[in-house]
Amino acid sequence: MTPALVEVRGLRKEYRRGTEVVPVLDGLDLDIASGDYLALMGPSGSGKSTLLNLLGGLDQPTAGSIRVAGVAIEGLSSNELASWRARHVGFIFQMYNLLPVLTARQNVELPLLLTRASQAERQRRAEAALSLVGLADRANHKPGELSGGQEQRVGIARAIVTDPDLLLCDEPTGDLDRKSGDQILDLFDALNREAGKTIIMVTHDPRAAARARRILYLDKGALVREER
Amino acid sequence: MQAISVICMNLKSVPGRLAATLVAVIGIAGVVMVLVATLAMSQGFKAALNVAGAADVAVIVRGGSSGELASTLLSAEAKVIEDAPGIARDASGPLVSPEAYVLVDLPMRGSGTAANVPFRGVGPRAMALRSHFKLVSGRLFRPGLDEVIVGRGAASQFRGIQVGQPVRFGAKQWDVVGVFEDQGSVTESEVWTDVHVLQASYRRGSSLQSVRAQLLAPQATERLMQALMTDPRVNVTVATEKAFYSEQSRALVTLVTTLGSAIAFIMGIGAVFGAVNTMYAAVAARTREIATLRALGFGGGAVLASVLVEAALIGIAGGVLGGLLAYVGFDGYRASTLNFQTFSQLTFAFRVTPAVLGTGIVYAVALGLVGGLWPGYRAAHMSVTAGLRSL
Ligand SMILES: Nc1ncnc2c1ncn2[C@@H]1O[C@H](COP(=O)(O)OP(=O)(O)O)[C@@H](O)[C@H]1O
Ligand SMILES: [Mg+2]
Repeated sequence: MTPALVEVRGLRKEYRRGTEVVPVLDGLDLDIASGDYLALMGPSGSGKSTLLNLLGGLDQPTAGSIRVAGVAIEGLSSNELASWRARHVGFIFQMYNLLPVLTARQNVELPLLLTRASQAERQRRAEAALSLVGLADRANHKPGELSGGQEQRVGIARAIVTDPDLLLCDEPTGDLDRKSGDQILDLFDALNREAGKTIIMVTHDPRAAARARRILYLDKGALVREER
Repeated sequence: MQAISVICMNLKSVPGRLAATLVAVIGIAGVVMVLVATLAMSQGFKAALNVAGAADVAVIVRGGSSGELASTLLSAEAKVIEDAPGIARDASGPLVSPEAYVLVDLPMRGSGTAANVPFRGVGPRAMALRSHFKLVSGRLFRPGLDEVIVGRGAASQFRGIQVGQPVRFGAKQWDVVGVFEDQGSVTESEVWTDVHVLQASYRRGSSLQSVRAQLLAPQATERLMQALMTDPRVNVTVATEKAFYSEQSRALVTLVTTLGSAIAFIMGIGAVFGAVNTMYAAVAARTREIATLRALGFGGGAVLASVLVEAALIGIAGGVLGGLLAYVGFDGYRASTLNFQTFSQLTFAFRVTPAVLGTGIVYAVALGLVGGLWPGYRAAHMSVTAGLRSL
């Protein structure tokens, strides 16, 4: 068995609304092997995004531990987390979250600004990532000039341009028609099977989930079922 | 590196929220305009009072009096002064001007209300004692006749003193025969005639209010002072013209500068709130963008820097606009005010100098930065997950 890339133990997360404490995740254990492709399903408000954000170091758990590639990220400060994210995680968002004032290539280059890569190197890698998602000819387009599916592919190029271990996708096809969604899922297949990327994808769509190697069902902050 | 790219990205997005940005720019511009105008006004005062204030001309008044109005010198005293050491002389004798001084009423051009205007009787060497004195129109008064010349400042501020027209001062009618300038100095607020004519018209006998004397050098003041103060025949106070004028206007300059700065400070508080509002709106408009950058690994410092740079640029834009408006609207603008130390009307021109503009722009940048500080801090510390959820 491959060693676990992600190890979650006793993970708890509560949000505070004024004086009220809202428990969202309640003592969760989870192992994800390197090279796995995991779909997270469950009703709205069950804590899928919260779990994904914790795994990606966007938020701090209330209790429990998260180890990613041997690093206990729950112990990192927010600045340490930021640079950890830049090196190890690629995020793909439901609404793409591209910067509207930047071209596709500039958007893809963004994470490379946090590395030592030279300008020429950044440009070369951004263009390589864009051709991988089939958008080499749209490098100079702004997000407003692209379709939703194309925007999401730019989002994927941005997520993979630094070659991270882990791709975290929060409903990446949630805003797309079926054809564009399928193109995105085809890309994930290729990234997982050919490039060996570990992917964790939150989704509502059973057809999307069916493309993953594993499906986890979350309900009221607990893992209730798993399918392979 | 990352800060620079976040700053550039942010600035590229400014056109998308131009309206709010312009409101802040205009708010700051208004404050800076007031500040610059006020400073230009006190610069104008200082210029009016200092330009004429030569360091090598002595003003001699009665011992203990702070101004000419309260001073009386006898003609015997004037004679002693003329022979005192340290005073320059040429072929036609000592370079001194015995001067008599009264206040006359003239209606102001704008409001028509009467104001006190200094009416000075001067000796024949008076023009030589004011090195920037220049006749700009008409001619000099002729000694012994009821003729006056008027300063450029007085001519622009008061009605009824045009060249070629008669004017009534006291019991007499006078002919205005010329207009003079003196590099914007306080002298330009005055009306001049022959000292003997003024003495006769106001029944002053041979008494004077002051004697002006050209010194051999600025250092000669001390010698002249020593000689006159210890001479039992006279009871006088000696000061250089520069010291005399700056003493006369100290209270006014202090008042205007203090009042102007206080107004600019209070308005500045308002402008800071405007800037805070704008920067909050700017941050709110960029919430998801900022959260995305933070998710990608950009630091809070870069986000703070981007907000502060935008705020500082808003400040600079406001400062330049306000300075420009003040320059166009006020530079060279002539006005007059009552100098309550001398009870006379002082005319002066607003002077928007580079230093005044610089002060305005520095203040504007400070306003912008103060306005950006808290929104920027909030942006740098906001929760990334909450930011990503926002639309
Ligand atoms: N930043 C937050 N502050 C307060 N409550 C939150 C926050 N984020 C999520 N929640 C709450 O946590 C619960 C789970 O949210 P989420 O993880 O987004 O669910 P899902 O992605 O499964 O729909 C919801 O009830 C939501 O309202
Ligand atoms: Mg969600």
